[in-house]
Amino acid sequence: MKYLNEFRDGEVAKRMAREIWQVATRPWKIMEICGGQTHSIIRNGIDQMLPPGIEMIHGPGCPVCVTPLALIDKALAIAAQPGVIFCSFGDMLRVPGTDADLFQIKGRGGDVRVVYSPLDAVELAVKNPDKQVVFFGVGFETTAPANAMSVHLAKRRGLKNFSLLVSHVLVPPAIEAIMSSPENQVQAFLAAGHVCSVMGYWEYPPLADQFEIPIVVTGFEPLDLLDGIRRAVIQLERGDHHVENAYDRIVTYAGNLEAQRLLAEVFEPTDRAWRGIGVIANSGWRLNEKYRDFDAETRFQITGIRTEESPLCKAGDVLRGAMKPAQCPAFGRECTPRHPLGATMVSSEGACAAYFNYGRFLSAEELANAGAAHV
Amino acid sequence: MSDRGAPDFSNWSCPLPLQDYPTIVMGHGGGGKLGNELVEHLFLPAFRNPALENLGDAAVFELSPGRIAMSTDSFVVQPLFFPGGSIGELAVNGTVNDLAVSGAEPKFLSASFILEEGFPLAQLAAVVNAMAEAALKAGVRIVTGDTKVVERGHGDGCYINTAGVGVLRQGVKVGPNQAQVGDVVLVSGTIGDHGMAIMSVREGLEFESQIRSDCAALNGLIAEVLSAVGQSVHTMRDPTRGGLASTLNEIATASSVGVEVDEAKIPVRSEVQSACELLGLDPVYVANEGKAVFFVAPEAADRALEVLRGHEQGRDAARIGVVTAQHPRMLVARTAMGANRVIATQIGEQLPRIC
Repeated sequence: MKYLNEFRDGEVAKRMAREIWQVATRPWKIMEICGGQTHSIIRNGIDQMLPPGIEMIHGPGCPVCVTPLALIDKALAIAAQPGVIFCSFGDMLRVPGTDADLFQIKGRGGDVRVVYSPLDAVELAVKNPDKQVVFFGVGFETTAPANAMSVHLAKRRGLKNFSLLVSHVLVPPAIEAIMSSPENQVQAFLAAGHVCSVMGYWEYPPLADQFEIPIVVTGFEPLDLLDGIRRAVIQLERGDHHVENAYDRIVTYAGNLEAQRLLAEVFEPTDRAWRGIGVIANSGWRLNEKYRDFDAETRFQITGIRTEESPLCKAGDVLRGAMKPAQCPAFGRECTPRHPLGATMVSSEGACAAYFNYGRFLSAEELANAGAAHV
Repeated sequence: MSDRGAPDFSNWSCPLPLQDYPTIVMGHGGGGKLGNELVEHLFLPAFRNPALENLGDAAVFELSPGRIAMSTDSFVVQPLFFPGGSIGELAVNGTVNDLAVSGAEPKFLSASFILEEGFPLAQLAAVVNAMAEAALKAGVRIVTGDTKVVERGHGDGCYINTAGVGVLRQGVKVGPNQAQVGDVVLVSGTIGDHGMAIMSVREGLEFESQIRSDCAALNGLIAEVLSAVGQSVHTMRDPTRGGLASTLNEIATASSVGVEVDEAKIPVRSEVQSACELLGLDPVYVANEGKAVFFVAPEAADRALEVLRGHEQGRDAARIGVVTAQHPRMLVARTAMGANRVIATQIGEQLPRIC
């Protein structure tokens, strides 16, 4: 597999880790933004290869995790309606709403379908003119172009039965919010490589300047991550703070201009509530005036949603990097992938799921008691 | 019901009395003339054998002396036809393999069909012929069966249940609870082929793919291993649903031992790995239909591997791990980076991720 296997070479990884040991003279706290990176770090044991003082803080870059509970409850309400085909990426199906998840809605007769692309949902709308097809468009900048394309196509084809339940969130405002928080400990960022493949990294130099932090655009394979960490540590040791691109086989400074044009055509910035974090100004996208007709929130007037977060769930602290999943009192006890209290335990990008699934933070007994695999 | 992946039936010639009905009607399951015609002109010619031919309420046959193993499985796969096989081969091989990994020589099968009204007869014929061919290859006979028809919309074209009996081999004592500390873990070939073949043709997935299901009967391969090192084989399993990860976890739990695998040693075809990367899936959780894992005493491991690799179905066989006294009831993988991670059983099915 070209472009993957060569970035998983154990020997090269050990050499790169040694270099980090050599340059690091002090403890540093580095946040990887993206949940995909968190999973790769824990799955491959990158955190175990680092010098003891280099701490990885897991960021909020898990779209499923930061989607507000109220919106998930809204999705469940829409999906339960007769005459609706509710389409979603697979990740979203097990995320707990206040009373149920999409799997349970499907079990109760809701027409819930996993699709691999929002364009498949548009095709479903064409084939099922008597049904309302709704796509749950969550995600960061990475998934936004395909979601934008889906409404763009739906409008061009004059589809009256397609809509998007949209909750897009953006990385740069999240970095700003984290750095502005009084509890912040983060000293450098690994920016999410796939977000930057769409957006480029022209948005980041002002943040590096303003907060005097190194930002390294980083990929997802073990060697990508080690290289990103190495570059961040070198900058920190030197007292530098600029933006570096450690993922240049994918990412350019300008990004994908075609995608950015489409995003500007379809979306406009909006304030967004991030689950566990709160409202961040201008931190998301919504459909603009021209495409408002395709907004599922407008099309389905869902009212009377009363959300209730589990009081035991510390997902917000985890998402802000203020707590490691294993430090949460409910981790592996009240909260497991089978009985999740928050989205961070079920999403394939959630930090709690990474800690739980790769199991290094639980004993065999705890795993067995948690009812994961071993019952 | 989906016809995706179905072969071209345009040249299929229907046995004369069946020509009146190109699709299944309720009457085919009604116990009357139509049902009899289906038996006489489709099932009998395909499965022909003495025990079936007397068409009694039960098949009557002799088994060689010894302990008997019995197994059953139902098949609801969609699409019915996929690269490398169909529900027909699956229905025969699935039950044959369950018997074979239990240490039995599979002998006789039953086959029950639940057909949906409107199911094309040409497709049924293709499924039945695939079963007949698979049974011939595996050396088993289909000796009894049943057909029911459900109203349109109440089924998915064709469901099949098979049950089978086999005679346990003398001197072989295998079971999921028999794995011992020190055992070497072998797998008979590449993993994830079946699951990814199905995914690649399923509605909504639009990538080009040459991935073929590994659907095959394992009794021949297993017989050779048992003949060579039978006393030293402690556990055999075919890692179907839930994949290699679930099977190894089940064995670790049943035997109260730890299983340790070397991730880099697990054989995965590069096209399967690529498809998994694309969809965010892990091949260790993807289904197989023609693979077996063996837990073998260390002194017999080399010989077992040699026998496997000498067999057509075991050419890609590999030594992937060992059984340890540490971390009982857990499956732990050593990653290429040299770190360890737990591979847990999935709660449900694997879900493709957002990005």
